[in-house]
Amino acid sequence: MNAPGNELYGLLAKFSTPEALVEAARRTTRAGYRRVDAYTPFPVEGLYQALRLRSSPLPFVILAGGIAGALTGFLMQTFANVVDLPLNIGGRPLFSWPAYIPITFELTILFAAGAGILGLFYFTRFPEPYHPVFNVEDFQEHGSQDGFYLSVEAKDPRFDLVETRKFLEDLDAVMVAEIEA
Amino acid sequence: METSNEYPVLEPGQTYSSVTAQIADIPLTEPRQTPRGWILGFFIGLVIVMIFLYAVGNVFIRGVGLFGINIPVGWGFDIINFVWWIGIGHAGTLISAILLLLRQDWRTSINRFAEAMTLFAVANAAMFPILHLGRPWIFFYLIPYPNSMGLWPQFRSPLVWDVFAITTYATVSFLFWYMGLVPDLATMRDRAKKMWMKRLFGVLSFGWRSSARHWNHFQSVYFLMAALATPLVLSVHSIVGMDFAYGVVPGWHSTIFPPYFVAGAVFSGFAMVLTLMIPLRKAYHLEDFITQRHLDAMAKVMLAMGLIVGYGYLMENFMAYYGADPFEIFNARDRFIGAYAPLYWTLLFCNVVVIQLLWFKSVRSNNILLWIIALLVNVGMWLERFIIIVQSLSKDFIPSSWHLYSPTIWDISVLIGTIGLFLTLIFLFIRLLPAISIFEMRELVHEEAEATAQPSSD
Repeated sequence: MNAPGNELYGLLAKFSTPEALVEAARRTTRAGYRRVDAYTPFPVEGLYQALRLRSSPLPFVILAGGIAGALTGFLMQTFANVVDLPLNIGGRPLFSWPAYIPITFELTILFAAGAGILGLFYFTRFPEPYHPVFNVEDFQEHGSQDGFYLSVEAKDPRFDLVETRKFLEDLDAVMVAEIEA
Repeated sequence: METSNEYPVLEPGQTYSSVTAQIADIPLTEPRQTPRGWILGFFIGLVIVMIFLYAVGNVFIRGVGLFGINIPVGWGFDIINFVWWIGIGHAGTLISAILLLLRQDWRTSINRFAEAMTLFAVANAAMFPILHLGRPWIFFYLIPYPNSMGLWPQFRSPLVWDVFAITTYATVSFLFWYMGLVPDLATMRDRAKKMWMKRLFGVLSFGWRSSARHWNHFQSVYFLMAALATPLVLSVHSIVGMDFAYGVVPGWHSTIFPPYFVAGAVFSGFAMVLTLMIPLRKAYHLEDFITQRHLDAMAKVMLAMGLIVGYGYLMENFMAYYGADPFEIFNARDRFIGAYAPLYWTLLFCNVVVIQLLWFKSVRSNNILLWIIALLVNVGMWLERFIIIVQSLSKDFIPSSWHLYSPTIWDISVLIGTIGLFLTLIFLFIRLLPAISIFEMRELVHEEAEATAQPSSD
């Protein structure tokens, strides 16, 4: 638990309801704090806006994956049937593209889903087995079950241990704890 | 929240921590406190798996001659079972993906289980085409890869489409299922008492810490995966339908096959979910989460799908006569009076007649009756594939080549074996992983609390 020097990662405030957390997050970002994150045991509506998070870029990653899959599927079949292994079957056209559609479609889905998952790993930086927030005992116990938390990092330019703590307590936090790095 | 329905999606009085504890503690039960019923069920499953391994081992060593297949009935139990299992899998995707997009909140407590069912059913299904190959050790010829023969698979064939459809379906189903599991695995990590369990679940959950930034990405991918899985599930069974429709065999060569197969798949899949869910909720006292509302909704979907399937039967016969092809007419008549007529009548009874009972609310709310109906639908849908495959093939164009089919002990033991494998995997799943999506249940608790306008407290 005790890292050398007991460096501070930030402060963690606990709230009793998701609504209280959203309100607290809104006021914290309005007060100018930027390195703020929230922890909730299920996705909470309005929290992303309150934290001023950008909307996830992953839909575009998935779109790109889908396009790549469609091109791969269609071009692979065209290459196989027209260029690499042209078979004359009863004089039927080699470039019989309607018959390529099912595989093109399947690969579109496969690549899009794969891109989504890989992108999720990239943007969430998973797997990440260690994070300072786990050093807070209350978080270990309730973080993934029934606790609603807001964290402010010490790196935030506006961060001040005493003032920020007071600020968070004034937001009706149930508890405010220091996060050791 | 739908308020018009009289049954609640979630019994009142549940809180975040109570749903968490009740669901997460099933997998965390001490090994010695495993319920007796589970041990018995798992043991029965394992014994059947042994039969399966013996049968499959024999088939691999001695070849497909062990099966009852002949010329012209080259597709026997293997393809019947393949279509049956893959169809069962489809309900899982339907529940988890389509109902998510339609924002049907009753899906929440059954989606995880239904997705797991999909995975195991698809795993079973995927084995059959390989078992059915004369030379299973070169199954990879189906996959396009650079090879010294300079050959490619025949991309214009629905059988090759099937390879792509099934692999994509299995992969996407797995990713979707596991993705939904990650937040719950983190909960398991935090609830586990033993260090090795904490570590195991910690590794499996990739270090999920329920951060809002992560939820933001997670949700956008989760919805898009659902949006991708929805057309996928339709395409998979359409392609399975085309495996048949592309053939000129009377009874197969029909444009109605793709949609009719999709409806049949969903029909049998919902029947299987009900077959498993009704005993499970009883055994694990999950009546608060899997309420009468769920069973009612599933029974209604089953009825709707059954009616579409019934329409399919009607159209098949109508088109046979309307098309005026003598072979098709003969085939349609042979179903009613030929060698396999008893099976055809049984399937009509199971899939068309029995489900009419589901119009009645008293039947839908009677769990035992509902379970029996679901079981009959499972049987009926298996028979449907038997009729489509065996009856159509056994009497093709020239009477001199007609040949009836009857399964051997190997056909039967492989079929029963996969049922055992399915049960074993289901038992392992409910023992080792949270069978209900915990984080989505918390969401439901939150919504309920909001709906009743009471401050949700813990």
